[in-house]
Amino acid sequence: MVFSEKHELIRKLARDFAETELTKEILDTIEETAEYPTELLAKMGKAGFFGIKTPREYGGQGSDYISYVIVLEELGRVSAVTDIWVSAPNSLGGGPLMLSGTPEQLEKYLKPVATGEKIMAFALTEPDAGSDAGGTKTTAVKDGDYYVLNGRKTFITTAPVADWAIVYARTDLSQTKSSRGISAFIVDMKLEGVSCGKAEHKMGIIGCPTSDIILEDVRVHKDDMLGEENRGFQNAMKTLDIGRIGVAAMSIGVAQGALDEAVKYAKERKQFGQRIADFQAIGFMIADMATKLQAAKELVYRAAQLKDANSSDAGVAASMAKLYATEICNEIAGKAVQIHGGYGYIKEYKVERIYRDCRVFTIFEGTSQVQQLVISNALLKK
Amino acid sequence: MKIIVCAKQVPDTNEVKIDPVKGTLIRDGVPSILNPDDANALEAALDLKDRYPGSTVSVISMGPPQANYMLRETLALGADEAILLSARAFGGADTCATSTTIAAGIRKLGGYDIIFAGRQAIDGDTAQVGPQTAQRLGIPSVTYVQKIREIKEGSVIVERQLETGYEIVEVQTPCLLTCVKELNTPRYMSVVGIENAYKAEITTWNEVDVNLKPEDCGLKASPTQILRSFAPPPKGKGEILSGSVREMAQSLVAKLNEQHVI
Repeated sequence: MVFSEKHELIRKLARDFAETELTKEILDTIEETAEYPTELLAKMGKAGFFGIKTPREYGGQGSDYISYVIVLEELGRVSAVTDIWVSAPNSLGGGPLMLSGTPEQLEKYLKPVATGEKIMAFALTEPDAGSDAGGTKTTAVKDGDYYVLNGRKTFITTAPVADWAIVYARTDLSQTKSSRGISAFIVDMKLEGVSCGKAEHKMGIIGCPTSDIILEDVRVHKDDMLGEENRGFQNAMKTLDIGRIGVAAMSIGVAQGALDEAVKYAKERKQFGQRIADFQAIGFMIADMATKLQAAKELVYRAAQLKDANSSDAGVAASMAKLYATEICNEIAGKAVQIHGGYGYIKEYKVERIYRDCRVFTIFEGTSQVQQLVISNALLKK
Repeated sequence: MKIIVCAKQVPDTNEVKIDPVKGTLIRDGVPSILNPDDANALEAALDLKDRYPGSTVSVISMGPPQANYMLRETLALGADEAILLSARAFGGADTCATSTTIAAGIRKLGGYDIIFAGRQAIDGDTAQVGPQTAQRLGIPSVTYVQKIREIKEGSVIVERQLETGYEIVEVQTPCLLTCVKELNTPRYMSVVGIENAYKAEITTWNEVDVNLKPEDCGLKASPTQILRSFAPPPKGKGEILSGSVREMAQSLVAKLNEQHVI
């Protein structure tokens, strides 16, 4: 894809930011302490990374999906966990609000999320409801002006540090196993009865905490219901529909980082009296990595372009982009480790972290298999 | 406060190679960037704008139409307006003709308090255009500004970088200051800044717009004549002497004698 000058400038902003701010020392510290520096988050907020496509009247930047993809790509090239921090408010945090929020809710919740002052978590997954979100067991029972929420959400990104969470809960208790009868609520994490489990020890994406959210008789005011009652599932699905462009964008960025490292190392490392880059086995491996990456990029850019054009094909395009980009990202990261040989297995080398970080890409926000389901349904169940 | 910033689009010299035969820069495929010292000049201006509400920052540049991209970047960083001096008549200008043209543009803008320029551009490395522009405008200039100490009514106090330290200079306004990289750290653009920059108009002026005659600008008004440009020959391999200090000293003296250096 040929980008406009404006988008080239967006790329310059994100690349300059990544190369200047996300130094090896900082990334190593994040990895060791599992804490992301708040100063860095503040700088990203100032650059507008938390509300790229959020409307200006709600504290956003009023840009588009192409810009969003470019920012994630360039930051992800250097640091995958940074991408999680950037995508959260743009996508799963801000998305449900932008889809269904009232003007009051947008003013109160979207604005501080888009500027980075507040953190909004997205709480859909439950211990027994992952890909099958229709199996949600958390309940919300009406009591006067309030709903009383009970249940447990799991694997919730940013939960331990979040100010609020969008919680999906069953309001129609007669529907126990279907996607109908689920509503969305904006829950203040400081409300009585809300607690978080301990932060999970994850394989990668260290520096952005993930935990359970436990709801015990949490009283949420009816003004904080998001969208219509019993229509929450649609809100969640539409959010994820869009959100997966973000994961696809991270994947092409992270894969580019892996390819860069592989190329650099292949030119430096000598075996049998020559650079390993001069062995055709390595050269061809790199050729395949670069070609697949370019194909993935085109899929991601196309999905963003369709979304910007409000095309009805955007959803399937986003699924294709996520399916392919996340899978080849893992493949490229694996090959990059292979090219590094033993050194690729050592934490001092960047590819070791990349390999762990990208493993979750084919899992979260819709597994590869769910994407295949979306794509095949669009073709076969029309 | 009305602030003007002089900026130039330059090839990213980190990426430039020199043609070994012709001795000229190979510019093909080299990205063009905002001259680094000019980024410090712009940051100084934007910082004053932040501190003195109601201030405006205008960026002026001379160059081909492609320089618009660099000007968009200055708008995205926070400049209020951008002016490109671009015309066939301006082509082939040396520093003398360039400063005449930029001064003419600034005169047309008028009413300024401080003009910031970068110390020098990374392509020509002359450091002449800033002071020459001040001379044309009849205003004082201070070069190598590393710190702005105080803005006063009718003057500014700055630190001027020297090789072994700095001097403190108070200069009346309006004035022109050329900035070194130690002055500040340029800010980042923002996404919304970039969006706005592409909604803004960039003003383009030719020689008529700035009241110059064609013979006063470009190649015709450039006294500089380039006879030949060349890359200095690469240094040969050095030689490392070995032995005791005495032996090495003796051998060094012998070699220097041999080459008639001493």
